[in-house]
Amino acid sequence: MAAEPAIAVRDLLVRRGGVDVLHRIGLEVSAGTVTGLLGPSGCGKSTLMRAIVGVQIVASGTVTVLGEPAGSRSLRARVGYVTQAPSVYGDLSVRENLRYFAAVLGTPPERVDAVIATVGMDAFAGRVVGSLSGGQRARVSLATALLNEPPLLVLDEPTVGLDPLLRRDLWETFAGLAEAGTTLLVSSHVMDEADRCSHLLLMRDGHILAAQTPEELRGETGEDDLGEAFVRTIERWETEAAR
Amino acid sequence: MSLRITTATAARVMLQLRRDPRTIAMLLLVPCLLEVLLYYVLDGQPLVFQRIGAPLLGIFPFISMFLVTAITMLRERTTGTLERLMSMPLGKLDLLCGYGIAFGMVAAVQAALTAGVAFGLLDLQVAGSEWAVAGLAIANAILGMALGLFVSAFAQTEFQAVQFMPAIVIPQLLLCGLLVSRDDMAGFLQVVAAVLPLTYAYDGLERVTTTGFDSTALRDLIVVIGATLLALALGATTLRRRTP
Repeated sequence: MAAEPAIAVRDLLVRRGGVDVLHRIGLEVSAGTVTGLLGPSGCGKSTLMRAIVGVQIVASGTVTVLGEPAGSRSLRARVGYVTQAPSVYGDLSVRENLRYFAAVLGTPPERVDAVIATVGMDAFAGRVVGSLSGGQRARVSLATALLNEPPLLVLDEPTVGLDPLLRRDLWETFAGLAEAGTTLLVSSHVMDEADRCSHLLLMRDGHILAAQTPEELRGETGEDDLGEAFVRTIERWETEAAR
Repeated sequence: MSLRITTATAARVMLQLRRDPRTIAMLLLVPCLLEVLLYYVLDGQPLVFQRIGAPLLGIFPFISMFLVTAITMLRERTTGTLERLMSMPLGKLDLLCGYGIAFGMVAAVQAALTAGVAFGLLDLQVAGSEWAVAGLAIANAILGMALGLFVSAFAQTEFQAVQFMPAIVIPQLLLCGLLVSRDDMAGFLQVVAAVLPLTYAYDGLERVTTTGFDSTALRDLIVVIGATLLALALGATTLRRRTP
């Protein structure tokens, strides 16, 4: 018997503005993994993540997170969520932002400096967020989600626009968190990040095309390059859909 | 509701205001200067200044807090910080009360300064206590905050939010009785005025000016507080945890 998955989605249908954005999809994310949610912009990654965090109105289907319905009150302190656009206060400094969110989460203030260090923002701790670059703001937003060390982190494109070195460091941080038992669902539209994940969810046009490990995906498609493997998967999926 | 989160929110809103000294200066100085302006505009009619000086000073905080809250809350909605807070263990009341405490304190300073100018320098006199005028001013500020918070849900941009000022505040100013006695208005306007909260805010201040803080003024204050709670309750319904 496998352990209970951290996230279980069944028959999830999401409609926005009269259009189906997620077409009755199903998936599972195992606990303690770094699962990459990969697919082009506009394929429904963010909507799926919003449904998992419980801020998206869904038409039908179920989303179970850490054993409870998504959006349950008790999950609010146990799921860390980082939106694509950095959601922090532009008129406060990095440290002031984190102190406020730490107070809301009930996290001891000592954690503030720890998470600032994790995202490599020590040198900017006193700077007003509005004066920082987009990538730096994204890091402050990410730091907020790390404050209370939640068992599940849902991160929407957390590494976009970051320096390659920092990107590598962050992926190492994610791997470290997963080793310590945290489950991470990380979206990306760049395939070179897929190798950093232990599991992959390939998404396109509101469908999940594949849920595999990088090795399985390589083995099944015969492609060494994960980007090519994704292309093969799409082609195969389209031929099957046409049939 | 949590005391920790409420006070943290109030402190955070104050900190944001402090980062914007120009806004603070305008919040605190503009009402004083307008009171001085009014004094000289009514140079030849000092009795009119004595009649409307106190009501006007009690209504300034309503206007400024309406605008400041509408914009701040709109930013909270559009920058994603509201969605982030709603995905955290924060109660809607924590957010609303946090805003109320922060802007209530600003309103208190604003009312105290304007009252100091009006009563100290401009020789404004009221039958009741100057403290009652300041107290009503703070109640009006919180009413303005609650209404601003509610309307912020109906604006997508700051341009739209600013337009709520002529749309929602100015009609109330015209109808409350400050400029023209309500008895002289068309009958249907008197009916409309009777359901607008600023009417009661004005009546309370007018009462303190002419007779003092009596049971009628108390009733007006209770109506203002009731309207504030209603606006807050409506505002709370616009803070959604789930959105389309």
